[in-house]
Amino acid sequence: MPSRISPLAITAFTVTCAAGRGRDAFACALQSRTSGLRENDLPEWPLPCQVGRVSGIENAPLPAAWAEWESRNHRLAWMALNEDGFRERALAAIERYGAPRVALILGTSTSSIGETEHAYRELGADGRFVPAWQHRRVHETHALAAFVRQALQLRGPSMTIATACSSSAKVFASAQRLIQAGIVDAAIVGGADTLCGSVLYGFNALELVSREPCRPFDVARSGLSLGEAAGFALLESISVDKSALRLTGYGESADAHHMSAPHPQGLGAERAMREALARAGIAAGEVDYINLHGTASRQNDEVEAMLVARLFPASVHASSTKGWTGHTLGAAGIVEAVAALLAFERDLAPGTLNTRHLDPACGPQIRIDNAQRRVRVALSNSFGFGGNNCCLAFAAGAA
Amino acid sequence: MNAIPDIGIEGIGVWSPELPDWPVAKRILVDNVPTVPAAPARPTAAALAAGERRRAPESVLIAVEAAAQACAMAGRDPRDLAHVFGSAYGDLAISDYLCATLAHAPFDVSPTKFHNSVHNAPAGYWAIASGCMHASTAVSAGAESFGAGLLEAAVRACAEAEPVLLVAYDIAACGPLRDTIASRRAFASAFVLAPWSPRAVARARLRVNDGVAALAPAPSLLHASQAGNPAAAGLPLLAALARHEPVALRIAAAPALYLDMEISF
Repeated sequence: MPSRISPLAITAFTVTCAAGRGRDAFACALQSRTSGLRENDLPEWPLPCQVGRVSGIENAPLPAAWAEWESRNHRLAWMALNEDGFRERALAAIERYGAPRVALILGTSTSSIGETEHAYRELGADGRFVPAWQHRRVHETHALAAFVRQALQLRGPSMTIATACSSSAKVFASAQRLIQAGIVDAAIVGGADTLCGSVLYGFNALELVSREPCRPFDVARSGLSLGEAAGFALLESISVDKSALRLTGYGESADAHHMSAPHPQGLGAERAMREALARAGIAAGEVDYINLHGTASRQNDEVEAMLVARLFPASVHASSTKGWTGHTLGAAGIVEAVAALLAFERDLAPGTLNTRHLDPACGPQIRIDNAQRRVRVALSNSFGFGGNNCCLAFAAGAA
Repeated sequence: MNAIPDIGIEGIGVWSPELPDWPVAKRILVDNVPTVPAAPARPTAAALAAGERRRAPESVLIAVEAAAQACAMAGRDPRDLAHVFGSAYGDLAISDYLCATLAHAPFDVSPTKFHNSVHNAPAGYWAIASGCMHASTAVSAGAESFGAGLLEAAVRACAEAEPVLLVAYDIAACGPLRDTIASRRAFASAFVLAPWSPRAVARARLRVNDGVAALAPAPSLLHASQAGNPAAAGLPLLAALARHEPVALRIAAAPALYLDMEISF
């Protein structure tokens, strides 16, 4: 097992998802158990299902100077950057440390492929992109981080982590190592993913999309609901703010089992959770809240429920927040990290929305109802295709 | 800016139509002799089970081929190696397939091609083939994907004090994406990196610098065929290792951010 790491202060964070734009809106939705899911109303992709679509992206173009970056994903990232004063906090950190000393590490699964899909629907008679699409800086995975780098005038290490649905959880681990190595003083982490044809029809082809709003851990669950989101966090040394919430651990692993199905005993996920606990220097019994991956797919939820029952005492409150947001894929890591951080701030451990009867695989840890309780230690799970697992550990700052 | 502790390079792998393995690549890079690209269009990728080899897209085949070569040369069991796979574009043929299929028959999207479309498909296939349950990461950083992957892998090797497998690959663009993406030939390289020890074949001192200066030129013979493939940014490092001469290299890790590498033997 790995040894304990130096924790980092999370000095700013924000999220924009279907359940709310900014921290307050998301926290209110969690508190009032108001789902952001709706019947799919994307005109281009009329798959009958529920989606966690963020309202207003269509009417929120990027500033004109950035027209070459225009995409649904970049619009959502820009919306999120401008919530909760995050952009100002990030710019202040860049000013304080110097642009080369601030890293940018973002996660995404599909980046702006929705725009490339659009370009393919408008090919010229010669089978090529029309000029307007050739010049857009949207046709590659790294476009998201390249756009945010430009928007914030960053000059430090910048990288996209694209490990499907664990992407924007793993960014915290890479950032911690870069800061620990002394290569940078701070890191902006996070991620964004937006609804597009590839994910709607791809997950549909895998028979993983539910017709109804997703019901994580329900005995009668019928698959996932897709969503979109963007979120960011600013990581710095704890000496900057000893009272700030902290990233205390991470665990990363591979299932080495199957490209799109979890390991049947959850061995890879277990390894990620145990490594996160070890790096945080805590025992399973010290965890107050776990935000689970909980997609509402048959296999994921069964394996994850068994794993939680095996590793944690009944006192732990565990839940999936995907009934509020949908599965936001490459953004799920940052969305659910923020849900866990809000649990500290608001003394609110969310339950599991839409779920009526828990699968018998669930132990007493997995809760349907919200709980008002003090949270001092939390974990967040994110698992992705390719058998890619990440677990993050967070803790309250010094009193 | 900061240096990290010295890294040992323990194993090397390479695959392109011109460079089917490291021994051949080494000879070509040392002598800088012209070659006829008569190599097979697809690598063997013997590490994959037969069924997976049939289903695997080109990006997986070339990445797995280079990865297995590097592990064999290092004498390291792949199961023991955390791995970092770096690629600017992922599998461009699958992107082309998905976008073209969605444009006319979205319900025809192949579930296998969809799950093979994730950027971490080569890392996932590699973990399955090798039985490796360590950390598995897939990164992308545009034209600087090789350097960004190198930085991630080197920092991980130091932070965890363990060997790390770095694989960098990209394939040729096809379809309409040829107008926006310049990559025209497949290229993959792989390195087993670890905190320096005598078992390494070369020692690398890495510094991160934000100054603007010329990059090490790619070996001229290969430069033309690999132009536009971001993974080929590893060629100067491969050439230095082939020639076995101490050298200083500068590799871009982000726009206006460089890894200065002092290679010694």
